[in-house]
Amino acid sequence: MPKMLRSIEMNKCLGCFTCMNVCASFNHKNHSLVKSAIRIRTTGGMASNFICIVCLACAKPACMEPCPSNALVKRDGGGVLLTKEKCIGCRLCEKACIVSAVNFDEEHNHPIICHHCGICTRFCPHDCLQLIDSNH
Amino acid sequence: MINEKYIKVLYINLETEKIHIEHREDLMQYLGGVGIASKLFLENLKPDLPPMDAEQPIVFAIGAATYVFPVITKTVAMFISPLTGELGESYAGARLAMTLLMAGYDAVVITGKAKKQSYLSIATNNVSVKDARAIWGLSVTEVGQYIRDRERHKGQADGKRSILYIGPAGENGVSFAGVTVDTYRHFGRLGLGACMGAKNLKAISVYGNRSIPILNHKKYLKLYQQLYKKSTVTEYMAKYHDSGTPENIMPLNKGGGLPTRNMRTNSFEEAGRVCGESFALKNLVRKMSCTGCPVGCIHIGMYRREFDKGHEYEAISVSYDYELIFALGIFLGISNTDSIIALINEVEEYGLDAISTGVCLGWATDALEKGYITDEDTLVNLQFGKPEAYITAIGNLAKGVNAFYQALGKGSRHAASIYGGGEFAMQIAGNEMAGYHTGYGSLVGAAVGARHSHLDNGGYSLDQNNEAFDEDKYVDALFTEECERCMTNSLIMCLFARKIYDRQTIIDSLNALGWTLTDEDLTAIGRRIYKIKLEIKKALGFRQMGVKIPKRFFETPSMNGILDEDVVKSMIRKYSEKTEEFLTSEGD
Repeated sequence: MPKMLRSIEMNKCLGCFTCMNVCASFNHKNHSLVKSAIRIRTTGGMASNFICIVCLACAKPACMEPCPSNALVKRDGGGVLLTKEKCIGCRLCEKACIVSAVNFDEEHNHPIICHHCGICTRFCPHDCLQLIDSNH
Repeated sequence: MINEKYIKVLYINLETEKIHIEHREDLMQYLGGVGIASKLFLENLKPDLPPMDAEQPIVFAIGAATYVFPVITKTVAMFISPLTGELGESYAGARLAMTLLMAGYDAVVITGKAKKQSYLSIATNNVSVKDARAIWGLSVTEVGQYIRDRERHKGQADGKRSILYIGPAGENGVSFAGVTVDTYRHFGRLGLGACMGAKNLKAISVYGNRSIPILNHKKYLKLYQQLYKKSTVTEYMAKYHDSGTPENIMPLNKGGGLPTRNMRTNSFEEAGRVCGESFALKNLVRKMSCTGCPVGCIHIGMYRREFDKGHEYEAISVSYDYELIFALGIFLGISNTDSIIALINEVEEYGLDAISTGVCLGWATDALEKGYITDEDTLVNLQFGKPEAYITAIGNLAKGVNAFYQALGKGSRHAASIYGGGEFAMQIAGNEMAGYHTGYGSLVGAAVGARHSHLDNGGYSLDQNNEAFDEDKYVDALFTEECERCMTNSLIMCLFARKIYDRQTIIDSLNALGWTLTDEDLTAIGRRIYKIKLEIKKALGFRQMGVKIPKRFFETPSMNGILDEDVVKSMIRKYSEKTEEFLTSEGD
């Protein structure tokens, strides 16, 4: 059964940003948070709740539709997979995603796409993030 | 410095609004953190000018392994302390270290006084001094809101931001005004808030989004996984996450090391009502972490305050820790967790250091009772166990409403020098005591420690390790630990992580980042840094032998019984001789 990532218990989030750290370091060989496909932020200062912005593994991914170069293809289980070599850096996918889950790597000129590998779930100290069976 | 062979220093002159950058290869021998901060501070210090002079520097620095390994989360600040008149050094967590790393600066040296009330914006590609006249005078919560709104960095890659700010206490030059970092963490001690206020600097925003490639991917990830596991699965860190630092209260109380009611006694009969468990059951609503730490030791406590009749309520929430409960609770005889949160909240809004505030108010309460001062001075009837008067007094102190509160705002040593009662002003070398009356280790440790903090050399844990007291062994242990912490504070790891990062782990972590260091190198680095700190203290006129310890430290029994003044003097003398010898020795 293909899996997908879900931030199901963000009420427990400590705001440690370890998920972003490991997404960037395991998947992009970079320490920087801007390389992470998953993003944790507050809704208005540290006293507010933490929210998680990450690919929701759409069955019909809007981000893929405007892609002019077929760099994005449907992923089994929801969401998309990126072929970097085909990407022209037009950022149409970034604009199409209504939950703002497509981050853009300005250094390498391509989107940062979550492929639901689940590395972030392995390093979430409070189990806010989980890899669950895809319902698609 | 990660991936580089130099330390990148950002120099900012607030008066001219000019900045410049230096790549300092020579600073690599100090590793990072407090090492590079000490060197930069010494280079820019003007010993002949007053502590608050515009030319005096404020230095911030991050460490050699900042953020990239778990629980390495701290930023150091160095400045001249208006409270002690000598070395000011303070550490804060939250997001600051990570954002400085992502902005691309290992250290920031700030000099000059801004021409108008300002805040500073430091970002990956821009540094600017901005108008803060409208937000001058605002409380910490309010100023945070405005800076957050102004510093959005829209249109840039989704980086992260950290904000430091002062409250009215810092603007008014209270000698123990602190700096709040990202709402819940602080450069609390020794008056950095007053230093920023004197520079017309209300806030600093740091935004970072640069790319930092991992050079040795395999080695780094392997080690990262091990350290993450050690930080979360093993027992080392569990207590910090569970009930947090207030866990200290019951053992200290039982052992008789808990300074109560201006340290008239060494235990608190109502300790059980304000211990970690009580806060957890009654007030704890959330736990949080500094960026890069999976432990989550930040405990947020809340209480419901009735602000008007007719069922009008609001939720007051603050972060609480052992030291705050000690200073604003136990030291003032307060045994109600809601009241302690209300007092912490007051200290937060005005931007004061919680420990110095509580300890100064403890002295004032005693001095009022003994007749050194009157109601005309205090304006409210300060009594141990009565929180309402203390709430008013905190505002009076931050605003400096009369001559008495202005004097108290310069610390308990200063106030007692005017009004009397120095024998029960619970400070050591001008810095108000932390919540440990554990024995010779804590007392001598604070007297000789570089910043007169319990965290300089961990004297309080020496007192609690159940070994027989030995003067010479204690002096040696304090010296060795002071050097060791100079080294660990160059990384800059959180002190809670010291059991995770043993020497070999530090060597391995730095190795994964490209350093080749041996155990001997780490020892040498610690000693090298301590030497610079001692030079700074010397330049600022500090003499260990000149420290006068208030009588009450020798009257109220410690966890290890009554302390003998002659023994303390002898230990300070021996330590002083040791450091003199160390300063004149060759090499490291």
